[in-house]
Amino acid sequence: MTRQQSQKLAAGLISVTAVIVILPIVLVVVYVIVKGIGAISWEFLTQPPSNGMTEGGIFPALLGTIILTFGTAVAAIPLAIGAAIYLAEYAGDNRITRAIRLAIVNLAGIPSIVYGLFGLGMFVLFFNFGTSILAGALTLGLMTLPVVISTAEEAILAVPQEFRVVSLSLGASRWQTIRHQVLPHALPGIITGVILGLGRAAGETAPILFTVAAFYLPELPKSIFDQTMALPYHLYVIATQVPGMPLSIQYGTALVLLFIVLSFTLVATVIRTVMRRRREW
Amino acid sequence: MVRGEMTSKLSIRDLSFTYADGAQALRQINMDIQANELFVLFGPSRAGKTTLLRLLNRLADLLDSTQRTGEILVNGRDIYAPTVDVIHLRRRIGMVFAVPTPLPGSIYDNLAYGLQMAGIRDRQVIAERVERSLRQAALWEEVKDRLQDSAFALSGGQKQRMCLARSLVLEPDVILLDNPTSGLDPISTAMVEESLFELKQQYTIIMVPHSVQQASRVADRAAFLLNGEVVEIGSQQQIFIHPKDKRTEDYVTGRFG
Repeated sequence: MTRQQSQKLAAGLISVTAVIVILPIVLVVVYVIVKGIGAISWEFLTQPPSNGMTEGGIFPALLGTIILTFGTAVAAIPLAIGAAIYLAEYAGDNRITRAIRLAIVNLAGIPSIVYGLFGLGMFVLFFNFGTSILAGALTLGLMTLPVVISTAEEAILAVPQEFRVVSLSLGASRWQTIRHQVLPHALPGIITGVILGLGRAAGETAPILFTVAAFYLPELPKSIFDQTMALPYHLYVIATQVPGMPLSIQYGTALVLLFIVLSFTLVATVIRTVMRRRREW
Repeated sequence: MVRGEMTSKLSIRDLSFTYADGAQALRQINMDIQANELFVLFGPSRAGKTTLLRLLNRLADLLDSTQRTGEILVNGRDIYAPTVDVIHLRRRIGMVFAVPTPLPGSIYDNLAYGLQMAGIRDRQVIAERVERSLRQAALWEEVKDRLQDSAFALSGGQKQRMCLARSLVLEPDVILLDNPTSGLDPISTAMVEESLFELKQQYTIIMVPHSVQQASRVADRAAFLLNGEVVEIGSQQQIFIHPKDKRTEDYVTGRFG
């Protein structure tokens, strides 16, 4: 084989792998849309399930997922961004910093079901929040922490060092420098990380299994100490626990969940693109 | 501590500095710099010029695990004394860097930043001081109609004069210029050099020059540094025309460097 031939062959094979990588996501999305689009209607989105969940809609689960995602944001974002600023701007290279980084890496590696069990033990039982939105949001928040911390820290470190040096040389304090010269420019990256983290939280089943999710609860929650239905768990229930469940409702539910999670990714991408284009440096 | 050197604007006493990797950048530096003089620090690369500048406004504080001995007195006071407010010090000792570095935002934002961070809110006061410092840096006429434009839209020479104006706006005592004409064309360089003669009426200027020629053009007095040590300090005449030390002579006449 000549050099030109091997060059073509390599390029060809590499292109094929790239296409194969795209295939699964396209297939999943197309398959779920085709199977589920028939079930989508205004009633499906706004009505509770009825007749042993074999009829009606998914409204309580949809609302529950939205509330839980919002709760996750409230629980995780301040803590994660604070930690990211500390690691990027304040932490020296010492044992404590290394311990924190090790903890974050390990936090990211914990299986989600373990978060669920931890949430049960910590928030539901020890803090006595009961099976509740509060316990579920805190558990999801904990799970979201590492991804938000890592992306936010990366975004902060990507801000050119010159901006910090110039700001300090002009008599700004360290915090003023972070507040005015670092965070505004790190914001697109931080927002991206937050949204991706929340997208993952919205789609998770295991962490909410023991901490908040209700099997069937047509009434809407009245406080953060109530249980709620949630889309991922609802999907699990109707797919495995309810005999005689029409497939169209199962795929319709899957389609809504997929739409929510993918729209998080889409919004993150749009924000990043727009803000990058506006960047001057 | 106030001492007998009150006549000197800035005194450096037995200053040594070592980086975290063990490289000794400065050895036993001693010099006195008078008010309203343009003092030039020159020498080949790795002489310690930039390190010395960054010690004078304590930007070297940003580096971890460095070692410093000796004293730097500004108006007779040790700037490394524990009671010194570093932020206040940096407002009094302005700095312009070798690479012009605008902050993201408009020209006006760049100029106003230091004042705003110092807690000045009065827009009238800020506007006046912005104009005055842009005039001092010989940039006002070129940018007065586009102060709200991005600072990144300026040419290299304009950016550097904006950076000069940005440090002047704080009305410092001393200005540190770290090779402020690197990368500038001869006309922009001449404009910056010309504004220096005006500025030293009001400020004390310590400058790392772009070249020996520039050093000899602008200096009132100069210090020749080599490998972290002061070889010779003297007037422009002495250093560039009748150097006492053979190494100074070899460097200014271009035998090495």
